[in-house]
Amino acid sequence: MTTTEIAGTPVERDAEGFLVDPSQWTREVAEEIARENGIELTPAHWQVVQFMRNRYLETGSAPSIRSLGKESGVPIKELYQLFPKGPAKLAAKIGGIPKPRGCI
Amino acid sequence: MPQRIVILGGGTGGTMVANRLRRVYSASEATISVVDRDDRHVYQPGLLFVPFGLARVEDIVRPRRRQFRRDVNFYESEVEQVDLDEHRVELADGTRLPYDVLIVATGVRLQPEETEGLTGDGWRERMFTFYDVPGAEQLAAALERFDGGRLVVNIVDLPIKCPVAPLEFAFLADAYFTERGIRADVDIAYVTPLDAAFTKPVAAERLAGLLEEKHIELVTEFSVGEVDGAGGKIVSWDEREEPFDLLVTVPLHAGAGYVSRTEGLGDDLGFVPVDPHTLQSRVRPNVFALGDAAGVPISKAGSVTHFEGEVLTENVRRFLAGEELDASYDGHANCFIETGFGKALLIDFNYETEPLPGRFPSAVGPLPLLKESRLNHLGKLMFQWLYWHALLPGRDLPGISAQMPSHGKEHHPEHV
Repeated sequence: MTTTEIAGTPVERDAEGFLVDPSQWTREVAEEIARENGIELTPAHWQVVQFMRNRYLETGSAPSIRSLGKESGVPIKELYQLFPKGPAKLAAKIGGIPKPRGCI
Repeated sequence: MPQRIVILGGGTGGTMVANRLRRVYSASEATISVVDRDDRHVYQPGLLFVPFGLARVEDIVRPRRRQFRRDVNFYESEVEQVDLDEHRVELADGTRLPYDVLIVATGVRLQPEETEGLTGDGWRERMFTFYDVPGAEQLAAALERFDGGRLVVNIVDLPIKCPVAPLEFAFLADAYFTERGIRADVDIAYVTPLDAAFTKPVAAERLAGLLEEKHIELVTEFSVGEVDGAGGKIVSWDEREEPFDLLVTVPLHAGAGYVSRTEGLGDDLGFVPVDPHTLQSRVRPNVFALGDAAGVPISKAGSVTHFEGEVLTENVRRFLAGEELDASYDGHANCFIETGFGKALLIDFNYETEPLPGRFPSAVGPLPLLKESRLNHLGKLMFQWLYWHALLPGRDLPGISAQMPSHGKEHHPEHV
């Protein structure tokens, strides 16, 4: 676990780069983490990131890729175009929430 | 009036907990009822061996009702839903079971139909799963017929039961084709949505090494969007393709249907969120869950269910006595991994500690961790006896505790 400064804010991140404390997240932090992963955030990205983050804050767990596809308004195929390789994982990282479960 | 304990699911977790609770309470202190949709208890680790002719279905299936102690009521029915406010289970046959404590132990449901094309052309002809009894038997026949080509072992999505089973299948397939003398004519590929061979780094590295040694191709970060049975290929969401002549798939997993039909009981995959240390549900204090049905951040595995069962039994007792719950479940999991040719690995881990090399202290002496050995293979075979005769009846297994032993593990392993 390391503390780094992103967009002028000190944030704590785990070994894989996920925020340890979701309350340290800001939109600027999201943009910076996205850039680290080669993504420039568009409104479509934001729609997904916000959906992930809200769901996590409401229920305590991130949605699976399947419910993300059904409920975020962005079909799974497009999710993979927006967030190559692992949409749920990347959107969680950018949204400042822990790595989605299931990876266990 | 006796307390009413209702257990949904008569598999590993439900049976073990019913029997343990039956020893805690006399018949006048509590009624214990178990509901399951059928009367066939499958020793699930045995399913891995059926396709290779190393186990027969009749050896791994027994009647559920014969695994219970006296004074456990067994209802054979589907569950319609749970009325969480009225503390009552509604069965499909109309029976209503009121409860003081409800235990959800209904495991998972395979959902091949959720993947486009998987249940279409070629399903159960050249595309199989060994995760259920009919699938394992059909695959045995298909493997016998198979005399060359590309075998793809694929996991559709996580979480799945026994995340090591597909790896074991690939290892055993390598041994099977070698023994048949046709290994040179068979390509084996292991295609996973994970970014490595396994979920945890040290074990992933060792297992990737084993795949390489056995000439099994590893394809990572491949999430299946579509299966083309007629064309013989799986296609990922990001439009990569893996061709196959024979596909062995682990379909999407979800919790039991009634969990999703009961508002608030499950998460979006139908697993029941519980406190990871007490196994009490988040939705109601008198609802608990264990095993594959529970939403906890650890592998879905029989050993997990077993260790959870010990803590859960104690917590049901404490809950009914109005005592504070025991928060001692640490996510302990312990799995033998068959690697073929009469050998196996052993991994032992929990919420905090990933599988590490070293030695596992056991009643028969130390077993090597994360390393192939014949002793581990014998351990895996011996376990089937223990399952029916010690684990399900709810006896403590000698030298194996619900909490993970730290002793013997190398905490700073050198990467191989």
